[in-house]
Amino acid sequence: MSTLSKKGTDLLHWVDYRLPIIKAFKTHMSEYYAPKNLNFWYFFGVLAMLALANQLLSGIWLTMFYSPTLEGAFDSIEYIMRDVQSGWIIRYMHEVGASFFFIAVYLHIYRGFLYGSYKEPRELVWLIGMVIYLLMMAEGFFGYVLPFGNMSYWGAKVILSLISTIPLIGEDLQVWVQGDFFIGGATLSRFFAFHVALFPLILIAGVFLHIVALHQVGSNNPEGIDIKATKDKDGIPLDGIPFHPYYTVHDLIPVVIFFMLFFAAVFYFPGGGGFFIEAPNYLPANNLSTPEHIAPVWYFTPFYAMLRAVTVNFLGIDAKLWGLVVMGGAIIVVFFLPWLDRSPVRSIRYKGRISKAFLMIWTISFLCLGVLGVKPADWAPFWASPTFTIIYFAYFALMPFYTKWETCKTVPDRIKAHGKRQQQ
Amino acid sequence: MKRLAITTILMLFSTLLYASGTSPVLKKANTDIHDKESLRHGAQLFIDHCTTCHSAKYMRYERLAQDLEISEEDVAKNMLRGGTIKITDTISAAMSAEAGKQVYGVAPPDLTLEAKYQGVDWVYSYLTGFYKDENTTFGYNNHVLDNVAMPWVLASLQESMSEEDFSSDMRDLTNFMDYMAEPIKPWRQNFGKYVLIFLLILLIPVWLLKKEYWKDIH
Repeated sequence: MSTLSKKGTDLLHWVDYRLPIIKAFKTHMSEYYAPKNLNFWYFFGVLAMLALANQLLSGIWLTMFYSPTLEGAFDSIEYIMRDVQSGWIIRYMHEVGASFFFIAVYLHIYRGFLYGSYKEPRELVWLIGMVIYLLMMAEGFFGYVLPFGNMSYWGAKVILSLISTIPLIGEDLQVWVQGDFFIGGATLSRFFAFHVALFPLILIAGVFLHIVALHQVGSNNPEGIDIKATKDKDGIPLDGIPFHPYYTVHDLIPVVIFFMLFFAAVFYFPGGGGFFIEAPNYLPANNLSTPEHIAPVWYFTPFYAMLRAVTVNFLGIDAKLWGLVVMGGAIIVVFFLPWLDRSPVRSIRYKGRISKAFLMIWTISFLCLGVLGVKPADWAPFWASPTFTIIYFAYFALMPFYTKWETCKTVPDRIKAHGKRQQQ
Repeated sequence: MKRLAITTILMLFSTLLYASGTSPVLKKANTDIHDKESLRHGAQLFIDHCTTCHSAKYMRYERLAQDLEISEEDVAKNMLRGGTIKITDTISAAMSAEAGKQVYGVAPPDLTLEAKYQGVDWVYSYLTGFYKDENTTFGYNNHVLDNVAMPWVLASLQESMSEEDFSSDMRDLTNFMDYMAEPIKPWRQNFGKYVLIFLLILLIPVWLLKKEYWKDIH
């Protein structure tokens, strides 16, 4: 051994004696056993983390030039785009990155739906993940307001006015949140503080807990087989492989492909065809000029469609408040998935026909709600949004019954061949 | 199972096809942001005809000179209003916004981001969409913007040339406005392909690495 590498090893042990870095590396990387059959759907966790890192780095650089004031916000974005050296690419990476972050997270969550990743013993992984998703929505909303284009302004106005529909405290609460009687400089500067400090901090803590909780119980897999049930004499799962080096090299492939799609968007479609940057946002905020059609960014649209789905007052409660309840409920209900699913199996591969059909119809309804949320309210027949909303909730509400009654296939004890589906 | 899937998808999407709403039919602008000759001509048209009333407050003359390869002398001679403005300034309107509001009823909007806001096809259709209409204040109306507040300042230019030449001029002007809305656009479109080629090449060793590590996993 050369003296240099000996010195390196000595230093490593010096540190490790005081801070358990070797143990941490083993627990979370080289001796963390992941099922050997993880497929395409399992890429999106690491890609979401990559997207988060991109948001943090590009975001830090943007804070150096952005001005969170009524007079300066819009101008400072154009300053970044034109006068700051490479400012345009940092801004586009942040703006495109937000959409890519949501794409990755939506597919990551959907993977959980498919393979029952929320089921025992991963309930806490699921709950922490859902909290992360909620934080992301808030973070995305604050970030969208900051450039203070006309859609930023009117979007914020619509969302903040929702607070005022809460009985008794609503109107005072809205004033408290926006810091003034109208959306102004006070709103911008506090949204800036939330967006760059408060929410990123909680978000990072959430992601940390999400991973610690996952590594405590181990990853699920497309078969939903519990790999910890069959171990060798050393206590290593027979169908598990060390995360490092197997999945670290494996995940480099989706990382490179993700970067290709990401930079294709950054260089060629930074506006996302009007979905990442909506046209009215090329005009500065103007409280006298309402955009023809106010639509949120694409990642909020399914929930926005549900918000608009309720158009009648009933039980003496205003339709707008019902809309808020429905929209909030649509997110809250997903938290309860681990307890709504009473199936003896995890993966959709072994669930019965009703589960498969229901998941399919639910998926289509959610996508249709996404389309409806982009379009003006009178674009589709009046019953479209309510129907899809009812299907959305029925999937969850009926789940305890159909998952219990339907006949499932028998899950094998072992994962047979890598990447191949079991012969049924 | 499959048939059920297809029927549901068709049923649900057919409800979404029930679209409504009309907007004016736009002409294709067919501009080429990499055509510097067209951009230079468009820039001169913009300075000569638009900046009397409209500003482009985020666009600097200096940047324009560099990007479009116009010498500083030429910029000084043809664009800086006889030296009353500096090359490091951004494009301002000769007329103040207040004066514009008094004359036309609305302040002429800043045009820096107009091509991004409306889209190039709209800008081109607007510029080529003026027609004579005696019922309006200034005697002209527009196909894409009904009851337009702007007087048709290019009327004499339009009458002095063939329809084809005028369309070509308006295409250059639209092209310049597209550039002005995002001056980095031609450069990023040129550079992007090298980034993508690099990543495509990087994919090869990454792929081989995974194959090598995973050859014993069954």
